[in-house]
Amino acid sequence: MIYENIRLAVFSLKANKMRALLTMLGIIIGIGSVIAIMTVGDSVTATVTESMSSLGANNITVTLEEREDADADDESVQMGMDWGSSDEDAKQPSQEDYITTEMLRQMKDALGSSIKAYSISEQVGAGQIQQEADGATAEVSVKGTSLGYFLANDMNLVQGSFFSEDELQNGAMVALLSEKALDDLFDGDVTKAVGSTVNLAIDNKYYNFIIEGVYEESDDATQNMYAMFMNHHATDLYIPLKTAQEINHSSGYQTLTVVVDPNENPDQVAAQIESFFANIYRNNRDFEVSAMSMASMVSIMETMMDTITTAIALIGGIALVVGGIGVMNIMLVSITERTREIGTRKALGAPNSSIRVQFIIESIVICLIGGAIGILIGCIGGIAAANYIGASAVPSVKSILISLGFSMAIGVFFGYYPANKAAKLNPIDALRYE
Amino acid sequence: MGRTIIDLKDIYKRFYIGTPNELEVLHGISLQVMEGEFVSIVGASGSGKSTLMNIIGALDRPTEGSYTLDGVNVIAAKDAELSQIRNRKIGFVFQTYNLISKTNAIKNVELPMLYAGIPGKQRIARAGELLELVGMQDRMKHLPEELSGGQKQRVAIARAMANDPAIILADEPTGALDSTTGRLVMDLFHKLHDEEGKTIVLITHSPELAEETERIVTIKDGNILGERKGTGR
Ligand SMILES: Nc1ncnc2c1ncn2[C@@H]1O[C@H](COP(=O)(O)OP(=O)(O)OP(=O)(O)O)[C@@H](O)[C@H]1O
Ligand SMILES: [Mg+2]
Repeated sequence: MIYENIRLAVFSLKANKMRALLTMLGIIIGIGSVIAIMTVGDSVTATVTESMSSLGANNITVTLEEREDADADDESVQMGMDWGSSDEDAKQPSQEDYITTEMLRQMKDALGSSIKAYSISEQVGAGQIQQEADGATAEVSVKGTSLGYFLANDMNLVQGSFFSEDELQNGAMVALLSEKALDDLFDGDVTKAVGSTVNLAIDNKYYNFIIEGVYEESDDATQNMYAMFMNHHATDLYIPLKTAQEINHSSGYQTLTVVVDPNENPDQVAAQIESFFANIYRNNRDFEVSAMSMASMVSIMETMMDTITTAIALIGGIALVVGGIGVMNIMLVSITERTREIGTRKALGAPNSSIRVQFIIESIVICLIGGAIGILIGCIGGIAAANYIGASAVPSVKSILISLGFSMAIGVFFGYYPANKAAKLNPIDALRYE
Repeated sequence: MGRTIIDLKDIYKRFYIGTPNELEVLHGISLQVMEGEFVSIVGASGSGKSTLMNIIGALDRPTEGSYTLDGVNVIAAKDAELSQIRNRKIGFVFQTYNLISKTNAIKNVELPMLYAGIPGKQRIARAGELLELVGMQDRMKHLPEELSGGQKQRVAIARAMANDPAIILADEPTGALDSTTGRLVMDLFHKLHDEEGKTIVLITHSPELAEETERIVTIKDGNILGERKGTGR
């Protein structure tokens, strides 16, 4: 009986392929988007957690920030659009706001052995570098760094050497090139690159740098994701911190990374650093210093991912409801078209329950086929998207099973009303239907 | 002859088309059909033949009156019981065949047995026999759209026989067929009557076909005008 009904349902779907496909579309989109986003979400969360536990788990990011209460009367805050418009009216820190070398020395004294090293970097900006010899160019993001930066980020050189103490102190015009920029400028020829001079154009000013080394580009997924979200595809060109400060005419730092001793709790150290700076900046009306451990950044990221996942799952859910209504609609049409058939079946002795079951099964079959197509598309989409970000993804069996169950539930829920309507048709009225 | 199988007493049927308009189609019809009888119902179009037939077939309920079918009080039966009565006791043959589309001949014949809960093997065996009985054994896997009108009607007759019902009800079964094919179908009814001993009630507009039955009941404007013996062939 059940088998007969499934066979009949598949038959009537085959007879109206286009209609069946359009009907399933809502279900396909709904299930597909939920599966895709669950796959990507799971893999992103897994990758972030993994990269956190392998590298940088002991890092604390210290940042100079505009005080949140500094412009509390500002309209944008009242409108709740603080983060949206903050770029435009954000205050630029002036020289006296920056974190100074002196502060860092005091911090190290205050916190003692819990700090292993600190890495400082200063963004100079995006620019273009040109090779002197044949004029090949590459887009780079120029960053001034301290030696600790390379330690904190666990970086290795393919060739050449890191900056010397002398170069760091004097602000020498030397640079470290990424492998990607090496490909663009020197066709990947490392020996040719090291020691040669490149011309950097940034903000309509030109500087000459000697390439001291080529660093290995990490294919860390978290970093790739960051680059994608920030729309920042250029690779970094590292120059000594002092050199960057001279180009920027700055004397302090906006951000630095503290490498915490592995035996210490990074969150505790972060709190200590924050309270240390809170004391120094207590009279600064506009700026403060925040310290955040990698772990808490990851947990913020995870919460964010959860929110995004929930939001998209909700949209998927709405698509499913809309799809379900589509299924109900098509079932009503199909029942009207087959009124005489229903009448005949009743004349042959079909009880109401078997008519009801017949149409509910038809609706379930539509939803399950739609769900299966959705799962397929969702898995492919999710894996493709995760690969694009650089994370490996495996669609979870749980989410596939839940989706199948959900499609079936939609089939039953939205199929019940039309099926019941068919079951309750008066046999004579159905037989006489023109 | 033996016992009464269809026993209609004072059957009234009214249709309500909007509250003030009440249309009385059957005005107190009483009719008995004996087991194994071959009866035809004739009358002008709109006289109420089909309406009466639908009541006999437990597809519709009379507004008033009593009806006993093979010892069962149909008036008191619930909907679920009515579908069981239709399934076990009655075989319908329609003017428009009403085969289930996209479903081949043998599956169509199996359908009443499916609703009766008969297992698959038995269904297929019986459906095969019945199709052979109506001379359709070569077209068992054909879809209705691949069959001629006469062939469809033969499949429909086989289907009506599926659960070995007490009575066969046929509402103008030859109405859509030419006289040769109609003859073929009529011969089939005779065969069911003579060889299988079926009780048959046939509505027809053809005086010749009606003449071949054992009893001819004439209906006019919702009343039985009279009845007479046919030749019974
Ligand atoms: N569901 C209904 N609602 C209203 N009137 C109906 C309904 N069914 C039948 N009638 C009316 O009942 C009368 C008898 O109809 P019926 O179908 O029984 O005639 P018939 O004798 O079978 O005619 P024909 O030989 O043309 O098939 C007709 O006037 C028809 O309009
Ligand atoms: Mg009629």
